[in-house]
Amino acid sequence: MTANVLIKGGRIIDPSQSVDEISDLLVTNGVITEIKTSLDRPRNSEVFDAEGKIVCPGFIDLHCHLREPGEEYKETIETGTAAAAAGGFTTVCAMPNTVPAMDNQSVVEYVLKKAKETAQIRVLPIGCVTVGRKGKQLSEMSELAELGVIGFSDDGDPIEDSNIMRQALSYSAGLKLPIINHCEVPTLAHGASMNEGWVSNRLGLKGMPNSAEEIMVARDLSLAELTGGHIHIAHVSTMGTLNLIKAAKARGIRGTCEVTPHHLTLSETLVMGPTEDSFVPLSRDAYNTNAKVNPPLRNQSDVRSMVEGLQNGTIDVIATDHAPHNQVDKTTTFQDAAFGISVLETGFGSLMTLVDNGHIDVNTLIKKLTADPAKLLGMDIGSLKKGNSADITVFDPSETWIVNPQTFLSKGKNTPLEGTLLKGKIKATFFKGRKIY
Amino acid sequence: MTTNDTNTRKSIRQKHILDLDGLNQSDIQLIFENTDSMMEVLNRGIRKVPALRGKTIITLFYESSTRTRVSFEQAGKILSADVINVSSDSSSSKKGESLYNTALTLQAMKADAIVIRHQHSGAGYFLAQQMNSTSIINAGDGMHAHPTQSLLDLYTIKKHLGTISSKKVVIVGDLLYSRVARSNLWGLTTMGANIVLCGPNTLLPQDFLDSRLREANHPFRRIQIEENIDNALEGADVVMTLRLQSERQKAGHLPSLREYSRRFGITSKRLKIANPNAIIMHPGPMNEGVEIESDVAHGPQSVIESQVTTGVAIRMAILYDLITGNHSEKEL
Repeated sequence: MTANVLIKGGRIIDPSQSVDEISDLLVTNGVITEIKTSLDRPRNSEVFDAEGKIVCPGFIDLHCHLREPGEEYKETIETGTAAAAAGGFTTVCAMPNTVPAMDNQSVVEYVLKKAKETAQIRVLPIGCVTVGRKGKQLSEMSELAELGVIGFSDDGDPIEDSNIMRQALSYSAGLKLPIINHCEVPTLAHGASMNEGWVSNRLGLKGMPNSAEEIMVARDLSLAELTGGHIHIAHVSTMGTLNLIKAAKARGIRGTCEVTPHHLTLSETLVMGPTEDSFVPLSRDAYNTNAKVNPPLRNQSDVRSMVEGLQNGTIDVIATDHAPHNQVDKTTTFQDAAFGISVLETGFGSLMTLVDNGHIDVNTLIKKLTADPAKLLGMDIGSLKKGNSADITVFDPSETWIVNPQTFLSKGKNTPLEGTLLKGKIKATFFKGRKIY
Repeated sequence: MTTNDTNTRKSIRQKHILDLDGLNQSDIQLIFENTDSMMEVLNRGIRKVPALRGKTIITLFYESSTRTRVSFEQAGKILSADVINVSSDSSSSKKGESLYNTALTLQAMKADAIVIRHQHSGAGYFLAQQMNSTSIINAGDGMHAHPTQSLLDLYTIKKHLGTISSKKVVIVGDLLYSRVARSNLWGLTTMGANIVLCGPNTLLPQDFLDSRLREANHPFRRIQIEENIDNALEGADVVMTLRLQSERQKAGHLPSLREYSRRFGITSKRLKIANPNAIIMHPGPMNEGVEIESDVAHGPQSVIESQVTTGVAIRMAILYDLITGNHSEKEL
């Protein structure tokens, strides 16, 4: 397969250069060389007909779990990145809560080596903030930075100790890299498996109050101000969190955040099964472990505030928090089931429902998946500028499809969207000019 | 039986009993009628009928319990079923996979009914999802539901007060953690009772008042919350006290059991505020001196001991109905 391709007749949307036009796009030797109408096919170049479709930069996911090394039964770098490509992503940032954790150079080197051997897209590792993700001692951040980690996180767990957080923000500021925190006050979230509210009360499940997230967000923003560090809040889920971030940004604090497709589109009632009724008998699908995720699916007004945060720019980027699990991790009681949703292959389709409902326009959606995460990474990707790596996603905005986890390339079939009709389908993904999906 | 019902039913046509949220008034009436017949069997000199001969019932208890397990076992044995008791301490059931594997194993053994108690809410629903030929009876799941306890509470109220409709029922205590209370809210509202919940704010989820539950046709729309026990007891027909576990104090919900007892304990003095013929109920086991004064627990208005006998008859009625009833139409 050559890395020369002419993508013809698509609607090209590139927020990085405010392009939105029907045109042709030429890739030569894996690099974008021209965007122009009616380009002729050069010799030894393939043609991809994109008429009626949207052509945009390949998506960038700042937050996913590839599980390798250590939990290959849930996902591998090979399967996770194949799933990413199928979902329109050409760059993924791998969270370091592997076994062992990515808290030292050798584990990161292993991940990079595996990625080179088995991934068809760009894998950017994230390093641990603390040794063994235990929250006690800073990992050798500078050494990790030398290998190209794009930030530090103990995701899966919060950094509970405020002093450690202060030191981490201060230290990483010198490396010009963010600390990405999973904000959750453990004493408030202890033993909880879903959002706290009438649904948790109905089901007799212990819930996490919004405060468990917001208190730590407030702390981290304050520490970012104190240290001049960059705090990136992972997977925001409450209205209060967004209010805090908005106010902090207005004061010039370096605080950014991401939201997941599920927190933008799904609410806590999904735990009761497909019904949203508050008083019909619980269905046999109640205690839906595929809807168990951390942070939990929140209530309707929080979901609405996520969409508003995306519209008004409080939320910087969309990230998947792809968290694949084996069936055995989910085939149990709700309390015992693992947290997490397999998102890479459904994320874009579910985000397109926001476009379809008129909540956001498709240009904003693409921007939050391409130019904005690239800006956070400080990398020259997520753009169709001439000379850039030809990382390109082509999708059909009107094609409908039904989610069938059995067809996922990800090992994680854990989605609450099984059987859901989605509109908007990835038709092709190119990485460095090669069609990989 | 139901003579005025043109479509005379002998069964509630449910495959499982996981909670009371799926039962309507006539279902519960039918269970009451069947319980009457079972009470008659219980009062015989020889307490044995062949109704479930050749049927197998497995009790699967992941949480220790004496009264509920024995109640089910006795109910099954009086009906001539083979009852097998399986109990699993929490250490061996720490990993949920074992519940899944246990479900498959018990299914392969062709049990007719499984009675499950589990410390996790929804465990019965999980079994019902995994098994297609066995009836599941929830004997208490986490903080969620305890439907047979609730049915026997309803039956007890009906027997003592003649009706449940329009009676003022005050439920006092740890509503946050109580599966008995949660099931009773469904059962009592279905039967038309007026419910007042009373307890300290820390044990009384305000989510019972969520606007979603206040919709015009929601059965919970008229539930009231009252933090002052004396106000709550005013004109009460039924006082249901809930067990207060000492763990609540450790988890910070309460300053002390002593203070709880002074604020919410049911004493003979307080009981005078309720209707003179009000009955006192408790799902057991009791902490006498904490949530209920001994004089009240064993006093003339207490129906706590008769609750236990009724429990056996209710469980006979449920086992008989699920195992022999025609429930091909409805799954839950």
